[in-house]
Amino acid sequence: MKFQKILRIAWEGLMLNKVRSFLTTLGVIIGVASVIVMMSISAGAEAAIAEQINSLGANLLIVSPMRGVPGAARTLLYEDALAIPEQVIGISGVSAEQAPAPQTVKASGITLESIAIVGTTADFPAVRDYPVAEGVYFTEQENDRKLKVAVLGAGLAKDLFGEESPLGQTITVGSTKLTVIGVMQTKGVVADIDYDGRVYLPISVVFQKYMTTNSVMRADVVRTIYVKVESQEKIDSVTTQITSLLATRHDVDPAKPDFTIQTQQDIIATQEATTAAFRDLLAWVAGVSLLVGGIGIMNIMLVSVTERTREIGLRMALGARPNDVQTQFLLEAVILSLVGGLAGVLLGVGGSLLFGAFGEMRTAIVPLSVPLAFGAAAAIGIFFGYYPATQAAKLDPIVALRHE
Amino acid sequence: MNPLIELQRLTKVYGDDPEAQVFALNDLSAAIQRGEFAAIMGPSGSGKSTLMNIIGCLDRPTSGSYLLDGRDVSGLDKNELADVRNQKIGFVFQSFNLLPRLSALDNVLLPMLYDINVDLSAEEQRTRAAEALTSVGLENRMHHHPNQLSGGQQQRVAIARALINRPPLILADEPTGNLDSKSSVEIIDLLHTLHESGVTIVMVTHEPGIAQHAGRIICVRDGQTVDDGHCAEKTL
Repeated sequence: MKFQKILRIAWEGLMLNKVRSFLTTLGVIIGVASVIVMMSISAGAEAAIAEQINSLGANLLIVSPMRGVPGAARTLLYEDALAIPEQVIGISGVSAEQAPAPQTVKASGITLESIAIVGTTADFPAVRDYPVAEGVYFTEQENDRKLKVAVLGAGLAKDLFGEESPLGQTITVGSTKLTVIGVMQTKGVVADIDYDGRVYLPISVVFQKYMTTNSVMRADVVRTIYVKVESQEKIDSVTTQITSLLATRHDVDPAKPDFTIQTQQDIIATQEATTAAFRDLLAWVAGVSLLVGGIGIMNIMLVSVTERTREIGLRMALGARPNDVQTQFLLEAVILSLVGGLAGVLLGVGGSLLFGAFGEMRTAIVPLSVPLAFGAAAAIGIFFGYYPATQAAKLDPIVALRHE
Repeated sequence: MNPLIELQRLTKVYGDDPEAQVFALNDLSAAIQRGEFAAIMGPSGSGKSTLMNIIGCLDRPTSGSYLLDGRDVSGLDKNELADVRNQKIGFVFQSFNLLPRLSALDNVLLPMLYDINVDLSAEEQRTRAAEALTSVGLENRMHHHPNQLSGGQQQRVAIARALINRPPLILADEPTGNLDSKSSVEIIDLLHTLHESGVTIVMVTHEPGIAQHAGRIICVRDGQTVDDGHCAEKTL
């Protein structure tokens, strides 16, 4: 009963100076909102990365040259990719990929500059879960015969031929004429790669026509070998087999290979480690603004106690216990921070949704961030309100009543 | 019946250094009976204010005892003193001390906010505050703010506030100090009316003209009472 009365006094005290109360709250509002928005942006980024990596294809092993080892980028060869299906048990497909410099593509009077081209093998659509929509993909034999054929990304097909069917048409990629035999399904942009805007060629043609060769660089170097494993359980066994096979072929110690074998889970974990650091940094920055908001509350509460010294003295003379006065000012601080926290939650959640809907960024509201930010706001109110409230409670009514 | 206020050998010493100690009250004893209207007079530095603060339970004596309404309040802690002020004493200040942003009615309600015994409903509290304002002749000014009231009216609001918890003692500190003579007369008349209705009034003043209205004058000098009863001339 008494608490309710004091709560009302505190509320009325704040309402006296609405603008000042609002400005004080603003620090907390911004702090709480930024904690929520920052966390939802980084969670959104993580979710997007995980989704992209999963869309590489299921049960996939990604074999790449070891980064940071001198010369290693030249050691992963097309022959390695060919050896894997012959000697490794438990796989359902292997696709070697090489991407030379972008080329100019011409067809039916249209010229497009700087189009990404990718050399692949026949298993590419199956291994990468990226089927052909129209026409066919080239076969292993066609690849071996260095047949001058091309499969277009869905977007590129439209850019070059519009509504017309590209099948059987001739396109010029760089200086080589190729016959279009297929169009891929729409896939979109995944991990910064626009799958729909690329040309897919037999890797043999890429080696022959698009790779610059010199004394150190062999033409048949591949950038990545994707290996599709028959089932989840065989991933470990296949990884071991490939490691020992490639180590033997490259004549290196299997414990210190010049290549890496990653699963999607490995890549997700690596990415998450990076984004987690980023997320923590953002959360700390947001937390600091929350702290600054709390200091703002303390500052205003101290001003308020000084301004209202006489009022405090009067209330004490009329029978307010020191505890009552302390409760009153503590409540004012807590109300400021809770109202700020609530407004900040609304602003943060609303802002995250708006960012997600209209912004470039993807957001995912982290449910935990709401009670976390709100709780932090409440704690800040109590923490930073305690000192001014205690100062108020310590006042001597005789002195306070004489205060001008 | 015991006196309402019984002060026995009160001392109030300021300063810890024995060389520089100031005895604001020095072995002061006095009693005020129920139903009395007493004025406390004394020049500045006499210990008059210290005495008033102790009677008002705003301060504690260094030694001696203070029985208010039969209870020794000289050793109470700050929270207990707050409760005693709330229940037993109605304060009237020289500068009114109304909260400017509250209406007359809300100002009168203030002591009830801190009343630990009575839990009247909000409605009952407002009725009681309205009655108190009516009793001081402000039934038409209940929703005015202090800045819309004259000095005399403000002091009457303060008196209504002092009455709201029905304390046995009204402690008035220079109640007419900030008022013109016409308003002063009105306030003194109002105090007389209250006195006649049975309230004990202790009024601190340095104006002999005002003090004469009281039934009894207690003169304080050098921290002691002197010639209890007929000292008004001496303090001039």
